Amino acid sequence: MEAILETKYALDTFYFLMSGALVMWMAAGFAMLEAGLVRSKNTAEILTKNIALFAIACIMYMVMGYNIMYPSDGNGYIPAFDFSFMFGGDNAAAEVLAQNPEEWYDGTYYSGMADFFFQVVFVATAMSIVSGAVAERMKLWSFLIFAVVMTGFIYPLQGYWKWGGGFLDELGFNDFAGSGVVHLCGAAAALAGVLLLGARKGKYGPNGEVHPIPGANLPMATLGTFILWLGWFGFNGGSELIVSNVDEANAVAAVFVNTNAAAAGGVVAAALVARTLFGKTDLTMTLNGALAGLVAITAEPLAPTPLVATLVGAAGGVLVVFSILLLDKLRIDDPVGAISVHGVVGMWGLIAVAFTNEEATLTAQLTGLFTILVWTFVASFIVWMVIKAVMGIRVSEEEEFEGVDLAECGLEAYPEFTGTKGSGI
Amino acid sequence: MKLVTAIIKPFKLDDVREALSEIGVQGITVTEVKGFGRQKGHTELYRGAEYVVDFLPKVKIEVAVNDDLVDQVLEAIAKAANTGKIGDGKIFVYSLEQAVRIRTGETGPDAL
Repeated sequence: MEAILETKYALDTFYFLMSGALVMWMAAGFAMLEAGLVRSKNTAEILTKNIALFAIACIMYMVMGYNIMYPSDGNGYIPAFDFSFMFGGDNAAAEVLAQNPEEWYDGTYYSGMADFFFQVVFVATAMSIVSGAVAERMKLWSFLIFAVVMTGFIYPLQGYWKWGGGFLDELGFNDFAGSGVVHLCGAAAALAGVLLLGARKGKYGPNGEVHPIPGANLPMATLGTFILWLGWFGFNGGSELIVSNVDEANAVAAVFVNTNAAAAGGVVAAALVARTLFGKTDLTMTLNGALAGLVAITAEPLAPTPLVATLVGAAGGVLVVFSILLLDKLRIDDPVGAISVHGVVGMWGLIAVAFTNEEATLTAQLTGLFTILVWTFVASFIVWMVIKAVMGIRVSEEEEFEGVDLAECGLEAYPEFTGTKGSGI
Repeated sequence: MKLVTAIIKPFKLDDVREALSEIGVQGITVTEVKGFGRQKGHTELYRGAEYVVDFLPKVKIEVAVNDDLVDQVLEAIAKAANTGKIGDGKIFVYSLEQAVRIRTGETGPDAL
């Protein structure tokens, strides 16, 4: 028996770690997607932002975020603050094996360090969402300071309310892998930032015209989307938390299939809507459709049949196109469509659970949705405002024109074109 | 000596190059350029919004030739670059005062 338990523990820990590694890879997906959808003069800065925010998220979540989200104690609303995680420690083998095998999955069945690793990459995902929406005009260090607060406090607190066993969890709010906790949260923070930041110069004309600012590298954006799609198998698949018995292994497989199906539904739906509305099949909308399908299914990738999962994703793909057009009408400038993909479709994902999972109620889903939205938006708005007052959040008009690569990083992503000494031009 | 400058559609470059080789032209200079003529620009679509591309990509060819070859060059370029559709481009001819082959120091028609 002991050997079996040890094997189960090792297998579930291993599954958790590999899933976490897949989610970590989503950071690369976001970096490529965002770099592809901005202009070439802003490429180096957005890549800097993406790798720096990932690192900040990892450090802040280690120092305080993880302990806030999964506290030793709390009243459901406010966790008991402690900072124990950064000092290390994991489950003792003797204590793990002394547990009653009948109640194995109610106890400690995988490594605590693996749990942290899986959780920390989710925070980074939420923060990556913000980065795309504020692209091409925000000051690098203002963004990074926001990342500190977001990943250390704003995200972990609402995470506690659901995944840490807080009041939203008690209420019966369902969010399997984070349509709300991760995606809506990231999008709400992004929206607050974009509202204070304003649109990129030249995006909107005085009479409400929309002037498109085409992305510089669509192959890169497509690669980023495929990377995110791949990473999502860890994101949703890993959130099943267990793989070491027949039922759980089947559940993991169902989650993989449904996650994939939803993305496919999102792609086809977005492509069809774009073709119908514009007469052309806009690639960037199609890419957003894939991500919309993935975000939509994230709140409940287990309960639906593959066909229903495809439809949930397809609805996300339809929604995302209309949402992007609507945000442009409202002059909310989001270069990569992050607020639509993760926010609007994240909300759809949460609501869809009420129809795909018999145990979920619409009331609980809406309560969770509004709690996450209001908390993240208000808290983020205040933090953005403080940063704006203290150091400003937007680069100067001239810096924006020249590109934030030069203004913030002092280098360019493609220096060959400028004829630096020794480049041969 | 004359300098023939032709603005053509980029996809016709290979045809023009072959046609010039056939009549004995020894070298050409090619530049990627942008501009507009009667063809004007065209509209593109990005995330549901239209925008106008005012300047279209073209290729500029420069050929320095002896006076006796000019008519043949003009004919070769005009024939090879012709699609019959708007935007085929234009050819300009200038007088060329001097030419020097840098390697040998030859000047005038010998340098072409």
